Amino acid sequence: MNVISIPATEDTPKISLDPENNIFEFSGRSLPEDVVSFYQPVLEWLDELEANPIDNMEIAFKLEYFNTASSKLILDILLKLNDIYLNDNPMKIKWYFMEMDVDLEEAGEEYSELIEMPFELVAY
Amino acid sequence: MTDISMPFYTNHSALTDFFEFHHLMEKNQIVMTYAGEFSQSLTKTLLSFTEKKFSMEDVEDIVRRKIFNIMVELLQNISKNALDNGPESTEHSPVFMIGESKDCFLLISSNKISNEHIPPLQKRLDQVNSLDTEGLRQLYKQVRMNASFSKVGGAGIGIIDMARKSNHTIDYHFLPVDDHASMFSIQIKISKN
Repeated sequence: MNVISIPATEDTPKISLDPENNIFEFSGRSLPEDVVSFYQPVLEWLDELEANPIDNMEIAFKLEYFNTASSKLILDILLKLNDIYLNDNPMKIKWYFMEMDVDLEEAGEEYSELIEMPFELVAY
Repeated sequence: MTDISMPFYTNHSALTDFFEFHHLMEKNQIVMTYAGEFSQSLTKTLLSFTEKKFSMEDVEDIVRRKIFNIMVELLQNISKNALDNGPESTEHSPVFMIGESKDCFLLISSNKISNEHIPPLQKRLDQVNSLDTEGLRQLYKQVRMNASFSKVGGAGIGIIDMARKSNHTIDYHFLPVDDHASMFSIQIKISKN
C-alpha cells in the first residue's frame, strides 16, 4: 500500500494515510475550491485499500472546519470505508470536535447515522 | 456622526462621495465591505482578515466560527456562480459585507445571476425559511446524499447549511438588471448569544 502524506495549507487539511506507521488521519480545515481534484488521491487510495485491506484500522477525523462541498466528499470517503468494513474488515472511525463546537459534533452524529461501522465521537 | 446634509468644504466630488459612503457605512454599521473580483485566493484573504479582526474584538468563539462558516459559503458561491461582466465593466460587480448591530451580525452578499437560476434558488430559499431545525437537518442529509459534484455549491446544500448555522430566516432579493440577468442579494443573520 502507498503512503499518502499531504501537508496542511490555509484551505486544505493535513492527510496522513500511512499503513507502515499505522496512522490514518485527516486534520485541519477543508475548504478547497475544487474538492474533487483535491480528494482524488484519497479516493484512489481507498480503491487500493479495498483490494488490500488492513486489519483493525482506526481512522481519525480531527477537522476544525469544512465547507459544504468537502462535507459531501467526506461522506463519500466514509461510505467507501463502510463498504470495506462490511466486507468483513473490522475498523473504526474517531471523530474529534472541540467541546464547544456543537455544529461539528452534530456533523459527526449525522455521519454516524449513515454508516454501520463503529464511530466514536471524541470531545477535546 | 457626520450629517450628510451639511455642505462639504471640498471641491472634489469623488471625495464628497467618499464621505457620504463612509457615513452610510457608519449609519448602517457596516464593519467590512468588499466589492470587485472574487476568487479562491481573495476568499482566503477575506477570511483571514475577518478572523483576525473578530478575534481582537472579543467576539465569542462559537459566533466567530459561524461567521467563518457562512462567509465561506457566500464567498465561494460568488466566485463559482457570479455572472462575468467582462473585464471592462465594473457595473453590477459582486459585493460582500458584514454588518453589526447590538445583538447580531449580518452577512450580506450580492451578485449578478442569470434569470434562469432564479426559480430554483427562490424555491430553495422559501423551503429552508419554512423549515424548523429538525426539518433543515433532514433536508441537509437528503440533499447531501443525492448531490452530484456538478451541483454541489449550486442552488442547494450551501443555502441549507447557512440556514442551519444561522437559526434565523434568510432574507433575499432579486433586482432585475436587464432581460437576462438580476442582482441576487442575500442576508444571513447570526445572533451574538
